[in-house]
Amino acid sequence: MSLHSWGRLPGAPAAAELALAERTAPLPAADGSLLPYGNGRSYGDVCLNGGGMLLRMRGLDRFIAFDADPGADFGVLRCEAGVLLADILDTFVPRGWFLPVTPGTRFVTVGGAIANDVHGKNHHGAGTFGCHVLRFELLRSDGSRRVCSPTENAGWFAATVGGLGLTGAITWAEIRLRRIDGPLLAVENTRFAGLDEFFALNAAAEARHEYTVAWIDCLAATPRGIFMAGDHLAADAAQDAARSAPKKPLSFPFTPPVSLVNGLSLRAFNRLYFHKPLPARATQDYAPYFYPLDGILHWNRMYGRRGFYQYQCVVPPAARGAIDEMMRAIAASGQGSFLAVLKTFGERTSPGLLSFPMPGITLALDFPNRGAGTLALFARLDAIVTAAGGRLYAAKDARMPGALFRRGYPAFAEFTTYLDPGFASDFWRRIKE
Amino acid sequence: MQKVLIIGATSAIAEATARLCAARGDALFLVGRKAQRLEEIAADLRVRGAAQVDCAVLDATDRAAHAATLATAESALGGLDVALIAHGTLPDQKACEASVELTLREIDANALSVIALATLLGARFEAQGRGALAVIGSVAGDRGRQSNYVYGAAKGMVALFLQGLRNRLAKKGVQVLTVKPGFVDTPMTAAFKKGALWAQPDDIARGILAALAAKKDVVYLPGFWRLIMLIIRLIPERIFKKLSL
Ligand SMILES: Cc1cc2nc3c(=O)[nH]c(=O)nc-3n(C[C@H](O)[C@H](O)[C@H](O)COP(=O)(O)OP(=O)(O)OC[C@H]3O[C@@H](n4cnc5c(N)ncnc54)[C@H](O)[C@@H]3O)c2cc1C
Ligand SMILES: NC(=O)c1ccc[n+]([C@@H]2O[C@H](COP(=O)([O-])OP(=O)(O)OC[C@H]3O[C@@H](n4cnc5c(N)ncnc54)[C@H](OP(=O)(O)O)[C@@H]3O)[C@@H](O)[C@H]2O)c1
Repeated sequence: MSLHSWGRLPGAPAAAELALAERTAPLPAADGSLLPYGNGRSYGDVCLNGGGMLLRMRGLDRFIAFDADPGADFGVLRCEAGVLLADILDTFVPRGWFLPVTPGTRFVTVGGAIANDVHGKNHHGAGTFGCHVLRFELLRSDGSRRVCSPTENAGWFAATVGGLGLTGAITWAEIRLRRIDGPLLAVENTRFAGLDEFFALNAAAEARHEYTVAWIDCLAATPRGIFMAGDHLAADAAQDAARSAPKKPLSFPFTPPVSLVNGLSLRAFNRLYFHKPLPARATQDYAPYFYPLDGILHWNRMYGRRGFYQYQCVVPPAARGAIDEMMRAIAASGQGSFLAVLKTFGERTSPGLLSFPMPGITLALDFPNRGAGTLALFARLDAIVTAAGGRLYAAKDARMPGALFRRGYPAFAEFTTYLDPGFASDFWRRIKE
Repeated sequence: MQKVLIIGATSAIAEATARLCAARGDALFLVGRKAQRLEEIAADLRVRGAAQVDCAVLDATDRAAHAATLATAESALGGLDVALIAHGTLPDQKACEASVELTLREIDANALSVIALATLLGARFEAQGRGALAVIGSVAGDRGRQSNYVYGAAKGMVALFLQGLRNRLAKKGVQVLTVKPGFVDTPMTAAFKKGALWAQPDDIARGILAALAAKKDVVYLPGFWRLIMLIIRLIPERIFKKLSL
């Protein structure tokens, strides 16, 4: 079984595999370039290295230590880089601790979360995952090991957070966990029509709620959607809300020969989703709230053998018009998906040289791979993003032109001075020049 | 909280089992060959919630050291509820055919060392009138096949020994569990191509704890191997000997 990324686009050249099974062991001798591979939850090619070698990191899956002062709001977890966020949650939620930042799937490794400097629904308050990374060890192909933190080897820290695995392998990391009173969240759902309504709701919600995100239907004539705000529930409120037993996840059992996601099923799905009876307020377990798709393992297979793309951009706060323009371009193209997500990023500075989040508005959409038509739509969206002074998220990308990346990330040149000469990726070869 | 001793604790299946024990708050004593690896596993298990974790270094074929190691474990744990013997090696069958020396070493690693430990642990549990001894055998012990009969013979010997021990200790309130995994994706089988029949160490670990809780005697893991091995055992020898299994 060869390693692939989440988008399952066909034609990615194969890479040989190696594994790092002990954090104190040297990097295995590589025949060609190396690239750490976490859990392959990146959509495009940041975790692929065709013609080179992938270094599987999942074997480094041990906790090392956990320290918290009694009554403290934060604890410090030290663990190996291949530990899954899911493993942290399984172990720590029952004890009243939660991740400070989590992406929309819990099946990512700590190393992968750092290397893409991932964000979650609380970005407006908490910043990126990297904001909560205290230290880590970086192992390079010259055999050197550096402990990096915002104050120690700070340059290496900034290059490696969001560094796409290109500065070396992270062997272990120390991250903050935050206190919670229990596994439940209080959730508020509000339907909206039009972007103005979204921005009004969002401005009010960000001041009051820890988590905010909106699902939008980009196939409707005017964009409409559901705004979802959430907060960890305090102990007293949680008392009578009993937790339902966790179900064994369903799995998408096979890869259908053609995509099940076509215009017809999408429109129908979006209409149903928008109109489904929706409690204005609800209490929900953290898993379905944060990870709605983790309930169906391998849901990416429903896009068929041709795979799919995700397009995620961020534009500055003032560029609301750009979002509107993109939505119209997508609606006009008739492409698009039920996974369209709109959120605003806050002011907190991202710690990585190549971190994606910057203050502004982020839009993420999945598109089944329909070849040239899909790529043409992306070119239109790229133009809108560029004009607005925005950029795209490498973790979701499989096709952006190199110039777009280099222009979007002003620290690109500085980053290149930290590259490990023994490391490379398909993504890097594609965008570096 | 159970007091659990694991021999061969650096094995992937053993570690997966230890994690489940840790998560439910057990006290653990880990025995294996590699001191540093044991310490790393112990630290992990403490974070996962183990009430207590200690380690001792032992090469299981060093029979002279068995009694002392078991005594250390028992006093560190303050008693003993469950012992899991997990260590094993996968012999190079072809190399064994060319070397009596190697064959006997593999039989020692997979059978004699296990029988020695099971003898001491069996006596311990018998004396206290309770406890559970779980030993990881293999489906390979159910029938001799040309591709790995040194390993199979060792695992088969262990299964027969445990059957007798069980027969003796059943009257004393002691559980003796023979675990027979099929193909498991672990370092032992790193060189094999993995297909649909392959299980993960965590699947086997869950099966072991479930079988212990259910007071089972023999468990195939995953369960479908019971049927596969039944069919394999039923093939008449005159036909079986001509197959290339
Ligand atoms: C359903 C779904 C929802 C998602 N939601 C979000 C979201 O809300 N926000 C968000 O930000 N992202 C999101 N993502 C993307 C995902 O969080 C990132 O792609 C994440 O980095 C994947 O981690 P991974 O462990 O699978 O790493 P991989 O995808 O395997 O690798 C990612 C990168 O990390 C590098 N890497 C991995 N391990 C190491 C290591 N030990 N040392 C150095 N480099 C390493 C790799 O080389 C690669 O460049 C989502 C993905 C999915 C599938
Ligand atoms: N994997 C399978 O498909 C499979 C199938 C059926 C049965 N089994 C059985 O399952 C058990 C666990 O194996 P595994 O699959 O988890 O493989 P593994 O990870 O390779 O574990 C084997 C372990 O045995 C230890 N060991 C070997 N000789 C030893 C000795 N003389 N003294 C102490 N420890 C020794 C090794 O210790 P070191 O770390 O020091 O090397 C290693 O930790 C074994 O009994 C194996 O036969 C495995």
